[in-house]
Amino acid sequence: MFSLRFLKIWVGGAILSVLLVCGVAAPLLAPRDPQAQTLEDRLRPPRWVETGLPAYLLGTDNLGRDMLSRIIYGSRISLMVGVATVLFAGLVGCALGAVAGYFGSTTDEVVSKISEIFLAFPFLLIAIAIMAFLGQGVGNLIMALMLSRWVQYCRVVRGEVLSLKERDFVTAAKALGGRDFYVLLRHVVPNTLASVTVIATFGMAIVIITEASLSFLGLGVPAHIPTWGSMLSEGRSYINRAPWLTIFPGMAIFVTVFGINLLGDGLRDIFDPKLRRQR
Amino acid sequence: MNTLKRRIIGAIPVILGISFLIFLLMHIAPGDPVTLLLGDDATPADIERTRREWGLDRPLMVQYWDFLTRAVTGDFGRSLKFNEPVMKLVWERLPATLELAFASLLVAISIAVPLGVYSAIKHNSLLDHAGMSVALIGVSLPNFWLGIMLIYFLGGQLNLLPVAGRIEYGIEIKSVTGLYLLDSLLTGNLPAFWSASQHLLMPAVTLGSALAAIITRISRSSVLEVMRQDYVVTARAKGLSEKTVIWRHILRNALITIVTILGLQLGALLSGSVVTETVFSFPGIGDLLIQSISARDYKLTQVLILMFAVTYFVVNLLIDVLYSWIDPRIKF
Repeated sequence: MFSLRFLKIWVGGAILSVLLVCGVAAPLLAPRDPQAQTLEDRLRPPRWVETGLPAYLLGTDNLGRDMLSRIIYGSRISLMVGVATVLFAGLVGCALGAVAGYFGSTTDEVVSKISEIFLAFPFLLIAIAIMAFLGQGVGNLIMALMLSRWVQYCRVVRGEVLSLKERDFVTAAKALGGRDFYVLLRHVVPNTLASVTVIATFGMAIVIITEASLSFLGLGVPAHIPTWGSMLSEGRSYINRAPWLTIFPGMAIFVTVFGINLLGDGLRDIFDPKLRRQR
Repeated sequence: MNTLKRRIIGAIPVILGISFLIFLLMHIAPGDPVTLLLGDDATPADIERTRREWGLDRPLMVQYWDFLTRAVTGDFGRSLKFNEPVMKLVWERLPATLELAFASLLVAISIAVPLGVYSAIKHNSLLDHAGMSVALIGVSLPNFWLGIMLIYFLGGQLNLLPVAGRIEYGIEIKSVTGLYLLDSLLTGNLPAFWSASQHLLMPAVTLGSALAAIITRISRSSVLEVMRQDYVVTARAKGLSEKTVIWRHILRNALITIVTILGLQLGALLSGSVVTETVFSFPGIGDLLIQSISARDYKLTQVLILMFAVTYFVVNLLIDVLYSWIDPRIKF
């Protein structure tokens, strides 16, 4: 029962839960205001290093801001952007994919052509392009990431719907007088949810890395909001003097993404019987 | 050959769509690019003149048509930041990005394919589990963080490798192809070759790491899939040596999936180069893109994004053609 498969889900789920708790309860968990500057304590190393201060567990940055509090608050943006993007991109992609796959003909052709155009861009590039022209901002960031991710859901759902609509239970539902949209929503779409859950999980990991990359490049959220990517970017100038400014935010991104990927791996192992056979 | 022709013709509307989308982006951007570029001190007359110079006072479709007709002749206008023709800047920077992409691809393939194949052949062994764990870590590592950590440890602490640029300052290199490694070999300039290799190593590892992780996983699952096919059982049953079975029957068939994924991942490699080049101040197209964005040089940004997208699209088309060579059953 407690095989490696479930271990992945447990560990991944635990890491994601920690992220959720940090994001939601940041004001309660963070020991200090993430923006509060104490200039006399700037560039203090973590507490366990000789010159570190007990008040700052993970040290301070170049403006004397508490690293731990900033990392905890940084999880909010990762979480918010991750969840919102996956949700919106999933909704748009699944809806378009389902309609294209189910109704076929012109609808399918139009949706396929549009997705082909989006597929022609590497997704980070779509996000960079949109952010370059629209400017920084959480809303813009979510939109940019959504526009770069919806197509993954659309393709997978379209493919699944194409095969599902030929199945007997769909024919039976139609024979009983079910209308197209009813059959699609009640019988076809629910059967695609397993794959969608797996893509959404991996998608969230990709979105979190992409958000961090964009913030690192200065194309993410405005500079005053602490994010892991922008912390890394700021800390880069102090890499030799204060490596903790880059080590901890990077660790936060890595552990989060690792946890989500682990969860995705575990879910895929369970949902994909073909893979299960390979183990 | 007909299918190939059809694919090329089918690519035209997609490329037009891409170019229109990028063109449109510049116009839906909040605020007037001219005002943004000229700043708050610009007089209305300055703004009006620049708008006319850029042709921004004309209807959108006319501007797009003008953009297209110029683009097919290779004229993309001048960069506002560098005050040079856009294409000149692109040609200057392109070799650096290509060199980096090739080097990362080499790093990724040389680590990932053997590891993935070996993991599959010895599957469920300790090495298999270790390989897969490393691959999972590789997929989860943000490459810009890995780059910064390499700079800190290998560049700063151990002082083993240079941390920025393409070649050591002061070393001259005669340009033949623009690819420093190749040029230095062609001209027999060994110090330049050594310096360029040193400068390329960390960026290539940074950019190639995520790709290596993905290819390892795909190689493993693809080989596992092929190993269960009837023709592999037949090959073993007729007494072929294990080496022949692996090389001729398993690897060749598993290669199709690996090549597909390589093609799909090339996009990640291209866009990853933007981040990696920024981390290592590597003077390629990606670095130029970020510079153009921060200078609000919309024209240059537009062309660079278009170039990335078209390159990605064309490479994927080429990968399709490559299939017919790997798998003779697929005919174009």
